[in-house]
Amino acid sequence: MSNIITSEDLCLWYSETQALKGISMEIPENSITALIGPSGCGKSTFLKTLNRMNDLVQGVKITGTVKYQGQDIFAPSVDVNLLRRDIGMVFQKPNPFPMSVYDNVAYGPRTHGIRSKARLDEIVEQSLRGAAIWDELKDRLKKSALGLSGGQQQRLCIARALAVGPKVLLMDEPTSALDPISTARIEELAEELKKQYTIVIVTHNMQQAVRISDKTAFFLLGELIEYDDTEKLFSMPQNKKTEDYITGRFG
Amino acid sequence: MKKTKNRKKLVEDIVHAIFFFLGMITVLCVLLISIYLLVAGIPAIKEIGIVEFLFGSQWAPTYAEPAYGILPFILSSVYGTAGALLLGVPIGFFTAVYLAKLAPPKVKSIVSSAVSLLAGIPSVVYGLVGMLILVPAIRKLFHVPDGASLLAAIIVLSVMVLPSIINVSMTSLEAVPKEYEEGSLALGATQIETYMRVSVPAAKSGIATAIVLGVGRALGEAMAVMMVSGNAANMPSLFQSVRFLTTAVASEMAYSSGLHRQALFSIALVLFLFIMLINAGLNLILKHKKEG
Repeated sequence: MSNIITSEDLCLWYSETQALKGISMEIPENSITALIGPSGCGKSTFLKTLNRMNDLVQGVKITGTVKYQGQDIFAPSVDVNLLRRDIGMVFQKPNPFPMSVYDNVAYGPRTHGIRSKARLDEIVEQSLRGAAIWDELKDRLKKSALGLSGGQQQRLCIARALAVGPKVLLMDEPTSALDPISTARIEELAEELKKQYTIVIVTHNMQQAVRISDKTAFFLLGELIEYDDTEKLFSMPQNKKTEDYITGRFG
Repeated sequence: MKKTKNRKKLVEDIVHAIFFFLGMITVLCVLLISIYLLVAGIPAIKEIGIVEFLFGSQWAPTYAEPAYGILPFILSSVYGTAGALLLGVPIGFFTAVYLAKLAPPKVKSIVSSAVSLLAGIPSVVYGLVGMLILVPAIRKLFHVPDGASLLAAIIVLSVMVLPSIINVSMTSLEAVPKEYEEGSLALGATQIETYMRVSVPAAKSGIATAIVLGVGRALGEAMAVMMVSGNAANMPSLFQSVRFLTTAVASEMAYSSGLHRQALFSIALVLFLFIMLINAGLNLILKHKKEG
């Protein structure tokens, strides 16, 4: 399996505070990589660096490199809008736009210049099917997305992300605002999606990491403590801190 | 024990009554003004005839054969307001988007305080500046005999509606949840695309409110308009002197008498109805927002 994203000695500061301290890791293609660790450990910051959503934060400073398909994502020649099209994101709180279901999914393709109604219809259906929510929503395409349940909203957001044809999906605690049944459906969906996409997921829930991820990275105070196959990391952690965390001694 | 409890209850009731009474003062004022305007305004309309009054194009109350048609005033007010919005809404809207979303903090604070200052300038000052600078400028620029015209009124009004349009639009744009914008940016949309296609639609009821408030401001303004529009009862035309509904009442009340005076009350009634209509429109928008 080849690596789609590689970070080398990545450091990040918010003004004076250093949030990431020399993160080097390789993320393999068509797999699920889980980022775990206590609050404030830098896992979400790392995730948001991968599609440069951190650019929007004032006073952010980054050193080191992140390569996506061999290309440095911080290089001046990189079009950040194209990067984000390739590396999609699903947020902690479902955030559908206050528009219809259809317009939510069609938003991305329209932004990237697709005008043909037939083509948009096709993309909307494909994306909703991809997010396993087509059957639930096919009769409600014209209804406001804000009327959906939290779990449906989150799957709609996944469909919206799929609609621009990404290769990587970043998920920032996508189930933390959802009930257990909705959570299970998103997890199932993630396992289905990894056949076509690479998924990086931040989670507070260690069982979730065990259930769905192929590799797990444990972050602590801005450092990458341990990164290994999920099975190995949870059964035979190499580092004492990892062991303490996964056995529930802190965090 | 029981005694103090009763005393407390009594004080509570009295205070309650005072609050209620104070609250009712506003309602009373509105009621009083509405009733007075109806009572004072209807007789003249009856005497002149409603069609003649609203659609007559000649206003000559002091002639031997007087005419009481207020169509010139109605149209001047409508054209003046529409013109002011045509200029003011785009400027105000884009300023609001810039301030709410794009401006660096320093620029934002400077522009915001300028806008607040603009809102605080008395209308007579707008009129004065318009009279001394704008009116001569129009005369020279367009080679017309007199610069005091509908155009001058439109330009002054367009500046006067800016603060309400900018402030209300800006507030509603700032209230758009960050998550919407992040969602759009994460899909590869640029900042401008995000603001125009996600933030603005999400804030549309606030922006509509801002425009309606601007309409109210422009329609109700008398002093500044009187000073720059020449105040002649012509049918409206861009470079001609015109008289608005407001300025007709303000400028003639002092010397009018009899039916002429009564007709001025009728004009005020018409103006009042216009403003009521706008308020109703505003309520409709706000209600729609709550439901939507």
